[in-house]
Amino acid sequence: MSTFPISIPRPVHPTGVWGWITTIDHKRIGILYGITAFIMFISGGIEATLMRIQLAGPELDIVSAAVYNQLFTMHGTTMIFLAIMPLSAAFFNFVIPLQIGARDVAFPRLNAFSYWTFLGGALMLKLSWIGGATDAGWFGYAPLTSVAQNPGTGIDFWIISLQVLGVASLAASFNFIVTIINMRAPGMTMMRLPLFTWMSFITAILLVLAFPVITVALIELTFDRYFMFNFFNVANGGSVVLWQHLFWVFGHPEVYILILPAMGIVSEVLPVFAKKPLFGYKTVVLAGAIIAFMGWMVWSHHMFTVGLGAVANAVFTVTTMLIAVPTGIKVFNWIGTIWGGSIRFTTPMLYSLGFIAMFLLGGISGVMHAVSAHDAQQQDTYFVPAHIHYVLFGGAIMAILSGIFYWFPKYSGKMYSEKQGKISFWLIMLGQNVTFFPMHFVGLDGMPRRIYTYVEGMGWEFWNGVATGGVFILIIGFLLVIDNIGRNWRNGKPAPADPWDARTLEWSIASPPPEYNFEEIPVVRSLDDWWATKQGGAHKEIPASGGSGDEGHGIHLPQPSYWPMVTAIGLFIAAYGVVFNDLIVPWGIAAIGLVIGFVGVYAWSFEPVNDPEEDSTH
Amino acid sequence: MAQEHAAQIHGEHEDTTTGLNHRKMLMWAFLGSDCMFFGALIATYLVYQGKSLAGPMPVDVFDIPVTSVSTFVLLMSSMSMVLAYAALTKNNLKGFRIWMISTAIMGATFIGFQVYEFSSFAHHHVDINCSSPGELTDYEQHIFDEGCSNGEAHAESHEGLKPQTNLFGTTFYTLTGFHGAHVTLGIVWLLSLLLLSFKKGMITPEKNLDVDLAALYWHFVDVVWIVIFTVVYLFGVFPGF
Repeated sequence: MSTFPISIPRPVHPTGVWGWITTIDHKRIGILYGITAFIMFISGGIEATLMRIQLAGPELDIVSAAVYNQLFTMHGTTMIFLAIMPLSAAFFNFVIPLQIGARDVAFPRLNAFSYWTFLGGALMLKLSWIGGATDAGWFGYAPLTSVAQNPGTGIDFWIISLQVLGVASLAASFNFIVTIINMRAPGMTMMRLPLFTWMSFITAILLVLAFPVITVALIELTFDRYFMFNFFNVANGGSVVLWQHLFWVFGHPEVYILILPAMGIVSEVLPVFAKKPLFGYKTVVLAGAIIAFMGWMVWSHHMFTVGLGAVANAVFTVTTMLIAVPTGIKVFNWIGTIWGGSIRFTTPMLYSLGFIAMFLLGGISGVMHAVSAHDAQQQDTYFVPAHIHYVLFGGAIMAILSGIFYWFPKYSGKMYSEKQGKISFWLIMLGQNVTFFPMHFVGLDGMPRRIYTYVEGMGWEFWNGVATGGVFILIIGFLLVIDNIGRNWRNGKPAPADPWDARTLEWSIASPPPEYNFEEIPVVRSLDDWWATKQGGAHKEIPASGGSGDEGHGIHLPQPSYWPMVTAIGLFIAAYGVVFNDLIVPWGIAAIGLVIGFVGVYAWSFEPVNDPEEDSTH
Repeated sequence: MAQEHAAQIHGEHEDTTTGLNHRKMLMWAFLGSDCMFFGALIATYLVYQGKSLAGPMPVDVFDIPVTSVSTFVLLMSSMSMVLAYAALTKNNLKGFRIWMISTAIMGATFIGFQVYEFSSFAHHHVDINCSSPGELTDYEQHIFDEGCSNGEAHAESHEGLKPQTNLFGTTFYTLTGFHGAHVTLGIVWLLSLLLLSFKKGMITPEKNLDVDLAALYWHFVDVVWIVIFTVVYLFGVFPGF
């Protein structure tokens, strides 16, 4: 293929840091996602810890009210967009191609672009602490975000970095939709897909449809802030309720974007450690699809106290209660899976069981919110943070921890310390309940959320003190997790290919998998094909890992590329240019960023996808 | 069968599960996402329809015959795009280039109309003869009431319709502006392909996926305009709808 004039030779087998920067290997990108997101999780945790210390007793003065507002806004935004979503994305990247028997994702370079764009958006948001971060709450209700109320750059950083993160998420979702539909190994029909891949697929579809809505809402807010448009300007007839509708039309599907991958992980872990097939595979798939569909019909339950009227409240009460049904079906399926199984209580299994218990509690308080009359009592009290932490910490984070330990042998090639893992599980389990359960009590007792302090004698001191104490149990638990993973990743004992006697294809190849994943693309004959293969006695020889790339196997992998990162950097510069649009030349920096981005896209387009004659001459 | 067919069309022996090309599937997923993007913008427009507190309304500024012409041009550009693709598959590279240029020109014409329309709306002015005002819209009535009360001969307003003027301006310029940006990007894309076709072997009857994808995008943007023209322009001027 003739090369385009501006094309620069692709990097050939780069090593070290440069190898990671130019990588388009889905496994490496998955690890990059995981590490970055975990660091973001820690930063969100630090923000939470500061808040809890401030609330430990009445009228403390650890942080000011202004800083407190920034803390809770950044904590929410960080945990949702920079921690849970990208931690799920880490698993999407690492696991999906392995589970469907593919050598990579459909668009390896787009995948790299997603990661670097995500990193840019994440840095941009976190760096906004310098000079004052956003303080309007993670759902940024108008008019708190208007220039009149909030003239600083905090809101601008929040808007623009969310847009950048949106680009990253959308690109990744397009990639995974195509990968899952189009890259399955022969015989891997949709109804033989492992559950995690199924839930990721549904998540990607939700994301592709939900994110444009928040994109539009943020564009409208941007235009209001930058150019005095009237979208949320009440003086000219604008409606602040429109923001709430647009935000929650995105925001509620987003809740399922956060929890469906978690449900997928749990549905992988339980059958393996109960030594039984998933109970009612088709039902679990269908329940996931129904949750995703109904997720679009419940958004106004976030707005019961806005005054939408009795009919709207009644309708959204009913739909919200209905969505508990498919969720309940899943819980029963999980219980059915472990029922009568020969259960091994390994660390990932414990986390998955913990997930079921904690998520159930969160689900129950969720159904309480669904009753609009009841919700009117709970709105803006600590009962709501209690609920969200049971579903997002007790739910999503517990499942993610389960996944971190379950796939640890696969991505690191080492074994973690089971004993340390179990101790950390019990600490985290205890810590989260000590931290979050008292929030139910103070919430029902009328303590508002998002207040930086409270006076003595309200009866809130004791449980707030307890909740703050719980945070330190959580911190010890997570330090143990980090130590367990970090130490064993380097010095752990080598993991066999299939340490868990598992069921899905990723365990049929070496740990860690070779760059090309499968020496031979597997042919799938049933659900849980790897398990069936093992039962059939057909002992498959698993080749040891250690081959570097395509040498000796005649397997052509796409080569690394600079352009995804160049494009992402262009976007990053453009994003900063939008926030600081009056620096030097008006909109000059944004224009430079866009030009770099365009050059990146063009060079990317004309870069040969795979150079068959390969390199050395370059 | 389908797989063979796809491989034939795209000249790439791609081994995909469904036989559909990866990039084509990505394009469809993107268009689905873009539907929600325009859906949210149109929803915003509809929520605020008739809620403006002051300033010109759709009946004051819209010129349906003019916009009909630009709509017609844009729809014809879709046909031209189809002809370009057809010419390419028949190995008529010259025909392909001619139809590509014509598609891009028609797209640019549409954008030209939009620029004209935006600037004429922004400079919209009203001049009412106080002694014989004739039939007045609500906005003109307002100017009449303000300007003719002191026995003046004329009531005038040069305020025009800007995005900041009222909710109609805000939502109208945002919605149609983003559509215009889509068309503009499409023109850049078409011209890039046109340039590429001069490089040997880059665009051939077998290697036509790039053109196919651009055509999908172009048709999608046209369909969105049909919705905008109906909902914004026709419903705005003929409230009976």
